[in-house]
Amino acid sequence: MNQTALLTVENLSMRFGGVVAVNDVSFTAYEREITAIIGPNGAGKTTVFNCLTGFYRPSAGSLVLTHDGQSFRLERLQGHRIARDAGVARTFQNVRLFAGMTVLENLVVAQHAVLTRASYYNFGGLLGLKSHRAAERAAIARAREWLDLIGLTARADEVAGNLPYGAQRRLEIVRAMCTGPRLLCVDEPAAGLNPHESADLARFLVLIRDRFGIGVLLIEHDMSVVMGISDHVIVLNYGEKIADGAPGDIRHDPTVIAAYLGEEEEA
Amino acid sequence: MGWAQRFKDAALTALVALALAFPLLGFRTTDIGDGFTTRFNWVAIATAATFGGRLLLGLVPQRFRLQQYAARYTALPQGKAVTLAAAALILFAILLPISPFGSRRTIDLATLALIYVILGWGLNVVVGLAGLLDLGYVAFYAVGAYSFALAAEWYGLSFWEMLPIAGMISAVAGILLGLPVLRLRGDYLAIVTLGFGEIVRIVLNNWSAMTNGPNGIGDIPRPTVFGMPIAPGAPEGVTTFNHFFDVAYDPLQRLIWLYYVCLAAALVINWFSLRIRRLPVGRAWEALREDEIACRALGLNPHTIKLTAFATGAMIGGFAGAIFAAKQGFISPESFNFQESATVVSIVVLGGMGSQLGIALAAVILATLPEFGRELAQYRMLFFGAAMVAIMIWRPRGLFTVRAPSVRLDQP
Repeated sequence: MNQTALLTVENLSMRFGGVVAVNDVSFTAYEREITAIIGPNGAGKTTVFNCLTGFYRPSAGSLVLTHDGQSFRLERLQGHRIARDAGVARTFQNVRLFAGMTVLENLVVAQHAVLTRASYYNFGGLLGLKSHRAAERAAIARAREWLDLIGLTARADEVAGNLPYGAQRRLEIVRAMCTGPRLLCVDEPAAGLNPHESADLARFLVLIRDRFGIGVLLIEHDMSVVMGISDHVIVLNYGEKIADGAPGDIRHDPTVIAAYLGEEEEA
Repeated sequence: MGWAQRFKDAALTALVALALAFPLLGFRTTDIGDGFTTRFNWVAIATAATFGGRLLLGLVPQRFRLQQYAARYTALPQGKAVTLAAAALILFAILLPISPFGSRRTIDLATLALIYVILGWGLNVVVGLAGLLDLGYVAFYAVGAYSFALAAEWYGLSFWEMLPIAGMISAVAGILLGLPVLRLRGDYLAIVTLGFGEIVRIVLNNWSAMTNGPNGIGDIPRPTVFGMPIAPGAPEGVTTFNHFFDVAYDPLQRLIWLYYVCLAAALVINWFSLRIRRLPVGRAWEALREDEIACRALGLNPHTIKLTAFATGAMIGGFAGAIFAAKQGFISPESFNFQESATVVSIVVLGGMGSQLGIALAAVILATLPEFGRELAQYRMLFFGAAMVAIMIWRPRGLFTVRAPSVRLDQP
């Protein structure tokens, strides 16, 4: 396997006052791989995500994203530039769709950067230039492909907030994909889904990895999803990395089992 | 509902009536004696009437209640009907001056209503689309009006030269307001914008050297008809509209021309608003209203989106201000008090946030209600308040609440 490092996290720490949420965590995520971050509640998984996507500024450490011969120091970029320029897209633990807008509009908004450029910063669009209309058609076509993939084409013009929960989760992932990311970060995508829906979702993440060749970073509690699709698992506990390896090895790692089952410390 | 519950409900309502009636009806100021007399019998009558009325209302069976029918039989048009209704309204607006209603008073009132329509559409960009509650919108209206008035006084610029410039100056003011409030949301933003509106008014009031203070600025030039003023006579070398078309001068002509200028401006701004909603920036405004954090995660810069919303809304406010100055011929800081901002916010909320037609209707209603109510003399504001309460009961989320998507899958 030719593994190309996509994201290199080195000595990442995040402190809130006296609370150390993430302490000296280092790991690497590779292209064309699903990297899962697991750990008990409060282990600092979402904090890592928030540092990655610019919602928090890390207290220490570096986050470097490398692709196409370019590298981005994520801890120095503004939040929106991490998504727009570096190509990191994310979903949220509690779904954050544009609930009052239609399904299609959600996906078109995600293609904002491309559309803005094609409409000459909206002035061309105001005059009705061809380039803007063509770009809008292309954006809709792209959205349609994604909707076909998640089976929501028929509901494209419905208000996103009216979709059932499972569909909202899928739509949020697809919306993130519409930004054309190189690294997709999904935060507990299977939360609140039934086993059947979870299995569907797992297959969908594998499809994204294989078809688009991007890296996926996954936070998930559902072990059937994590163990089934991950190429690589990182385990956090109390803000520290306690294990890092293939899913098969992680399953039998005594420290991980201890962290999850809360066993007495081994003598 | 049982009798006990009905009595309890009626008693509660009567208590509210008592609390209101005691200070309002119970005392009456007089010129002689202690300065006031009491009329507690009035309080008793009002409280008893409220109790009885509420009890009777409770007896009306559910299926005879008016509320449910009100919504059903007064449903406002949707879809294609909206386009038809809008077309009918525009046609009516175009024909108004030559129709039998075209008196001096109605045309003047209609011009004022159109200025409110423009203001409503402008604020709608900020409040309705971008979801940023701006309680100081009147500041941009003032900036537009004063830029035109001062430029006319100092540099002799005409209305047509200054209209675009006034819009641009207001847009810059919008960005200046936007910069410090980028991080604020909701209530905090509302308070800061409210303060901004007051700052602008107070500066206009006190910077006498520049703005002539509370005395205001007069002799603001009226819009010309393609360079020809509407006037009984003109200085050497200037052809008047009346001379060119060989019609006798009538002050009403100036009023009608201004009305059409205002109508044309409103139609252009309507076209602009409808169009910009379907552009990337318009969708970004709505996305910002829905979820700012998700916007950032998708690579949209919330700061740019907010600034463009403030600038666009302010620009439209500036146009309205320049038209207002041209209509009045005289402006003073008193025209730009908080009351105006509150009226425009009410227009956007009553109209149904985001709806062009709803806002136009609400603007016409709010601008004309106080005028039509003049016959009611001292009960005018009571009538005005009751009308607003009625609209909010009838349509709690505004006149028009159906949102048209900016893109559709079937017809790209």
